[in-house]
Amino acid sequence: MSIPQARKAGLPLMNLVRFKGVPILKQLHLEEQLLRTSSNNWCIINDGTNIPTIVMGLSGKPSDLLELGSVLQDQVPVIKRFTGGGTVVVDPGTIFVSLICNREDVPDVQPYPHSIMHWSGQLYNEALKGIHGFQLRENDYVFGNRKFGGNAQSITRKRWIHHTSFLWDFETKNMAYLKQPARAPEYRLARSHTDFVCRMKDYMPRSVFIHRTVKAIESHFLVKPVDLDVDTAVHDAEFVHSTRLLMNNELEEAFSIST
Amino acid sequence: MWASSTANALRVSCPTRIPLSLPFSLSRCFSTVLEELKYASSHEWVKLEGSVATIGITDHAQDHLGEVVFAEVPEAGGSVTQGSSFGAVESVKATSDVNSPISGDIVEVNTKLTESPGLINSSPYEDGWMIKVKPSNPSELGSLMGPKEYTKHCEEEDASH
Repeated sequence: MSIPQARKAGLPLMNLVRFKGVPILKQLHLEEQLLRTSSNNWCIINDGTNIPTIVMGLSGKPSDLLELGSVLQDQVPVIKRFTGGGTVVVDPGTIFVSLICNREDVPDVQPYPHSIMHWSGQLYNEALKGIHGFQLRENDYVFGNRKFGGNAQSITRKRWIHHTSFLWDFETKNMAYLKQPARAPEYRLARSHTDFVCRMKDYMPRSVFIHRTVKAIESHFLVKPVDLDVDTAVHDAEFVHSTRLLMNNELEEAFSIST
Repeated sequence: MWASSTANALRVSCPTRIPLSLPFSLSRCFSTVLEELKYASSHEWVKLEGSVATIGITDHAQDHLGEVVFAEVPEAGGSVTQGSSFGAVESVKATSDVNSPISGDIVEVNTKLTESPGLINSSPYEDGWMIKVKPSNPSELGSLMGPKEYTKHCEEEDASH
């Protein structure tokens, strides 16, 4: 056995699932279910979701975070997810990478947000080697002072998930659905969304980013590609998700309170 | 490792936020640990007073989590099971489960946490309490750690990372 093979033999296993265009609600339902009910490590890569969708964190309030008049008029779906963090608009130009890990398989990482993000920052540093200005800055993935990826976590007793929505490309008009959040990192300097974020496509081909991300993950795990039908996987389980699509009447009520 | 030890050594834990009437000990990890409480390895504390036990997360936990911006607590009338999640806190883009150190029926929840989740940071053992429970199996308290054991647990966890 060669040294690289021997080293790989000692790495924990991670199942790799690759999707393209899966609706973000289904992806989040699958992730929440795997976090809570599986004992395996998982990497889920969804290369774009099907339609523009707004995704808020667990504690997000629509009236604080969204331009509800436009959201309602354009019938944009709004999801509240099971992880923390802020609000994003995702669409076919978004690349999702989610890592679900057993604590014991990543023993150098404490089950706290800063420790997890330090580890993930190093992983993406590996994937984005050579791209000038990449860093984890106030918990955001940035090139210089422009954010290209939003991340969030959920931490349970023995496992955690770190998932990221990478802005491969986006439509400027969709950013108008989001208000300036009250809670923002200092480096944002009150910039509008379009001045604050950037497109990854200006830095690296899409397939290269995904390939290099998988390579970076392979330095920590023995990666095993797995075929998973998301509809079957989510439908079969009796698991009750907390991630949900907000109903129209909830958004209308929030809008009427805010005006 | 040296830098974080130095940072910890320079950081002053604030005994003034803990009432002086409560006996406390300073751990070498500089998180406050109270003498009369029992502790779970997942960093929750429990204080039994008569037939009611109060539960929250420890100073060590709140310090490592960062600023708590949201706390999710169940409704009174439900029940909790030792080791299982009953709620969550959100900090630094992460939701973290809060697990119950004991089993029992929830008799009261801290509704102040809805408007002021930061109480968990500023007063983890007093105003930041999360739920009050009527224990269904008081012997479970015997399986929890005392202050010295918990202090050692925190030190070992921090040292291994």
